[in-house]
Amino acid sequence: MKFKALTAIAALIVAPGLAMADPDDDTMIINGEVEMITKTAVPEHMSDTAVSELMSGWHFRSDETQALQMDDFDNPGMIFVDEGMAQWETVEGTEGNSCASCHEDPSSMKGVRAVYPKWNEDAGEVRTLAMQINACRTENMGAEPYKYTGGEMANMEALIALQSRGMPINVATDGPVADVWEQGKELYYTRTGQLELSCANCHEDNYGNMIRADHLSQGQINGFPTYRLKNAKLNTVHARFKGCVRDTRAETFKPGGPEFTALELYVASRGNGLSVEGPSVRN
Amino acid sequence: MAKGVRPRVKVPKSASAGDVITIKCLISHKMESGQRKDKDGNKIPRSIINNFTCTFNGETVIDVKMEPAISTNPYFEFDAKVPESGEFKFVWNDDDGSVYEETKAIEAA
Amino acid sequence: MEFTRRETLAVGAAAVVATALPLPALASTDDAIAAFTGGADVADGGVDLDAPEIAENGNTVPIEVGAEGAVSIMVLAAGNPTPGVATFNFGPMAGATRAKTRIRLAGTQDVVAVAKMADGSFAKTSKTVKVTIGGCGG
Repeated sequence: MKFKALTAIAALIVAPGLAMADPDDDTMIINGEVEMITKTAVPEHMSDTAVSELMSGWHFRSDETQALQMDDFDNPGMIFVDEGMAQWETVEGTEGNSCASCHEDPSSMKGVRAVYPKWNEDAGEVRTLAMQINACRTENMGAEPYKYTGGEMANMEALIALQSRGMPINVATDGPVADVWEQGKELYYTRTGQLELSCANCHEDNYGNMIRADHLSQGQINGFPTYRLKNAKLNTVHARFKGCVRDTRAETFKPGGPEFTALELYVASRGNGLSVEGPSVRN
Repeated sequence: MAKGVRPRVKVPKSASAGDVITIKCLISHKMESGQRKDKDGNKIPRSIINNFTCTFNGETVIDVKMEPAISTNPYFEFDAKVPESGEFKFVWNDDDGSVYEETKAIEAA
Repeated sequence: MEFTRRETLAVGAAAVVATALPLPALASTDDAIAAFTGGADVADGGVDLDAPEIAENGNTVPIEVGAEGAVSIMVLAAGNPTPGVATFNFGPMAGATRAKTRIRLAGTQDVVAVAKMADGSFAKTSKTVKVTIGGCGG
């Protein structure tokens, strides 16, 4: 059984031979002003892994795709930030408030995206940004929650991510989140599905190689929510996890559920040091 | 009217009279090509923005006839002359008859 | 239960970069050009057509077209179900006779740009764009 799976993987992964095989050395400067950290040293908790340097998914894309993220009027994800702004100002729920009523300007969200997922003391749980947004909506606004991986959630996440653009991801891995972080780490390294692949098999052992015609990245999430050329819309982290798990032909976990929350915390910590990109552009 | 259609246009706020500026415009729109099928196998009918025009003080800068092969969230970049101060007007025409508009003023010193 | 050599070769062949689709639109590409030019001669070359050699995703392919002195440039995708992509008409306030956009390509094919010049003549350039089927990303 395992032998067949290994052959399947071997058949799919081809060593670099194409022009765009290796991640490049380009620098990402957005709008000619904001210089982004897209490569950085591996954080301490990964010092015993096969990753030599942290690299944003941006480096694994073609020049044309990279160019789309360099200017906020080239970046199609930005129309959805504008949508998020409109949502920010919309009054909803029993309390008659909008996000703006309490939070005023979105710039008040500066620094937020960089530290999520994080521990919420009052709730006694690890929360993703999406969970926090919905908690605010249901508990404080008396409004309906957004669909966890829906368009409105993605728009709001993009608006909030933009406020932290350039700031290094900095999620905690110890203290009250330690158990959840360990759970996420275990998920990352567990082989699942018909193809018996773990996240690490591709994103740690084979980043930089081609899988069929796709250039494998490190699976970083510092650029999320991301505008994918493939579906021409913003994609959230859990939506992408679900897609990735399905690609290994495994039964997927539920977006918004504890497994993906743990995985998100762990994967975020694998990017500690990389800049929040605001809505990124990927294939 | 297609839902949630939102334009996003970049025009510099000012320029010197006689300059040529670059304009970038995006608009959120599905651009349903008419090729996709729904889960019952029926073709989803075409519903796209079929035309885009940019004018400056009423004169045409560019007029684009658009087909279903233009990607979702259509993007255009082009150059315009700025002989004097004035207003750029952007108009998108939808198959369903809706018209989306945006205007941007520019000061020419 | 391991892969036979035949199966392994088949999987390997499937991993080839380009997908070559049949080209039902080739005839209608010529029709579209003829309709644009009214049957006049079309010189080869003289139109700038910038498109990636390998499109990262066929859903959104950035291209740029331009031609010195053009009044109008028509873009066609010879391998799409219907070849029409866009026709750019430059007005008196155009700062340059060039434009950029993003297009959908159904598979590896030629993208063709036909320019109508101010003097009534026509020119065209075409470029092959490889469109890949991704790995896990799709």
